Amino acid sequence: MSATPLQRIGAMVFKEVRQMLRDRGTVGMMLVMPLMQLMIFGYAINNDPRGLPMAIERGDNSVFARSIDAALRNTTYFKVTELVETPGAGDRLLQDGKVQFVVTIPPDFGRDLVRGRRPQLLVTADATDPAATGPALSAIGDAVSTALGHDLIGPLGAPAAGPSPVELVLHRSYNPEGITSHNVVPGLLAIVLSMTMVMLTALSVTREVEQGTMENLLATPLRPFEVMVGKIVPYLGIGIVQLTVILLAARFLFDVPFAGPLPLLLGSTLLFMVTSLGLGFTLSTLAQSQLQAMQMSFFYILPSVLLSGFAFPYRGMPVWAQTLAEVLPTTHFIRLVRGVMLKGWGLLDALPEMGVLAGMLVLLGSLAVRRYQDTVA
Amino acid sequence: MSGVRPLHHPSGGPPPRSGEVLDLVIDVRGLTKRFGGRTVVDAVNLSVARGRICGFLGPNGSGKTTTLRMICGLLIPDAGEGTVLGQDLRAKRSAIKARVGYMTQKFGLFSDLTIAENLEFFARVHGLPRRHERVAEALDKLGLATRSDQLAGKLSGGWKQRLALAACVLHDPEILLLDEPTAGVDPQARREFWDQIHGLAAGGMTVLVSTHYMDEAERCHEIAYIAYGRMLARGSIAEVISGSGLKALQGEGHLPDGTGADRLAAAIEARPGVAMAAPFGTALHVCGPDMAALHEAVAPWADTITFREAVPSLEDVFIHLMRGAEDNSVVVHA
Repeated sequence: MSATPLQRIGAMVFKEVRQMLRDRGTVGMMLVMPLMQLMIFGYAINNDPRGLPMAIERGDNSVFARSIDAALRNTTYFKVTELVETPGAGDRLLQDGKVQFVVTIPPDFGRDLVRGRRPQLLVTADATDPAATGPALSAIGDAVSTALGHDLIGPLGAPAAGPSPVELVLHRSYNPEGITSHNVVPGLLAIVLSMTMVMLTALSVTREVEQGTMENLLATPLRPFEVMVGKIVPYLGIGIVQLTVILLAARFLFDVPFAGPLPLLLGSTLLFMVTSLGLGFTLSTLAQSQLQAMQMSFFYILPSVLLSGFAFPYRGMPVWAQTLAEVLPTTHFIRLVRGVMLKGWGLLDALPEMGVLAGMLVLLGSLAVRRYQDTVA
Repeated sequence: MSGVRPLHHPSGGPPPRSGEVLDLVIDVRGLTKRFGGRTVVDAVNLSVARGRICGFLGPNGSGKTTTLRMICGLLIPDAGEGTVLGQDLRAKRSAIKARVGYMTQKFGLFSDLTIAENLEFFARVHGLPRRHERVAEALDKLGLATRSDQLAGKLSGGWKQRLALAACVLHDPEILLLDEPTAGVDPQARREFWDQIHGLAAGGMTVLVSTHYMDEAERCHEIAYIAYGRMLARGSIAEVISGSGLKALQGEGHLPDGTGADRLAAAIEARPGVAMAAPFGTALHVCGPDMAALHEAVAPWADTITFREAVPSLEDVFIHLMRGAEDNSVVVHA
């Protein structure tokens, strides 16, 4: 006679789906919103940040190498954060997202330069966010010629007079053509999911309280956890639809490359969705009305758009803003999506960011369960 | 608790036949609930036997809803203990919820679901077997079978109330808690509603129903009167009236100048020994604790207006009790 938890959850899921489908406006919004945002942000956003972290891999310690080093440090475009000597160490920093550029000065760079052999200077850029790399790349060329122009004087002046004494080799990693939409589209996935998951959950629970239906729900044998799961499951369904729409658009409209494994992307997206739903649920236990829940959601979503690295390069922000961004699940998810889609992250690369999301999920989940009581008032 | 009249047996109904064990489905003692610094329910004792309809009366904000919520497990009492359906009130809230039906004061069904869908939801939550049949039966009983696809939010007040009742008895609860179920419902619908309640009680369901209406109190087997969080009277209507110790006179007739007896209310209420005087149509109802004092109080008008001894009404008793309680609470807080 008495229902199993699964039956009760099933009852909640059923009810939620029905109410959701009845509210055609919301369903429409959830489907149209991702497309609209794709169109607006996908084509519109671009910018020019400075102070980008750079590693210099110096295989040569000549005066010229040191001049180039100094010149790079002098431009406002870069902040040289790492100086490495071992070959390949720079690539690792790039892959982990610690730096945006690696300038590799090959061994014997100074000797070859003096001999007029036009040595190569390799610039590897993390071009996942082309906004962050485009203008900066030309700044490297300028810095190098300025540095060498000062050093190559007197008897060494001859090479300086001809074409550039150094061959600048540019390697745009992860997004070789520097296409902005390659960066924006994966980011949009994070933004669209944040908005839907957080806001809809927050509203849905508060609506029950406001309309007086929560009291009825709580008077039944439904446990708080069951109400939570019952509310979350249908929104996961919506999230999966949005994910599909965006991935299809990424593939067929924007030709975004897909470097990493799909299951990893789906796994991290699921993790992010559940975390966002947990956040929405927690907000709903704090909000007194639907209006408040709406405001709280915006309070979360706005920084998610502006600070997470979606709208503006994360690197371009001051430290305090970066710290704030670290607290937002969206920031970590954006790194995950870009990492997996553009940089071809494997599970090991993705683990740190996934760990942060999982930690947030545990924190928010326990907070939501603690705050959501099976009693009124 | 000083205001509670001693009773022969807790349900307030007729004493049980010898050898019959009284089956108390609600048996709580000392229930207390505070919100902030305010004590909303103060040491309330309540016992209700199976199959009884107990009317729960009291002014607005007297703690009726809070008490009902504590009984059905929606609130945890700050003090007090007891059992509902033999289950501990604190430890077994979940088990209690499964066997109790609670109809909230405000319409609490999903207004964006249809009538049938609402019923179906509650059937699912309770894991009822033969769900479709149960829902169809309930719809038939409601007389809503033809409108089952209508959205619940679009129903009129009376129909909403019927639907809400149907939803909370769908799982055949043993106790039905109704929080002012007939507020804003027309007399015809109220009559039908009460017929239904009596039908359910005859089937063994125990009903605790809060109300403001005196005529509804009279439809209950027994009543409990609560004001300012305290239980002031408990028992059958006759017991509550006799327990109040209130005496009444009914005055009818006209003064020499043609003024009706009802116009004397203020003048008589000011006299010593009179607790209250209230007009009822052209008649005047005078109450006080002592019959001799009452006769003395109305003596100046007794030559033109006939005063005969009457039974105080339930309303007289409640207003009297409430005034007494108010005084008490002032003393307590001073």
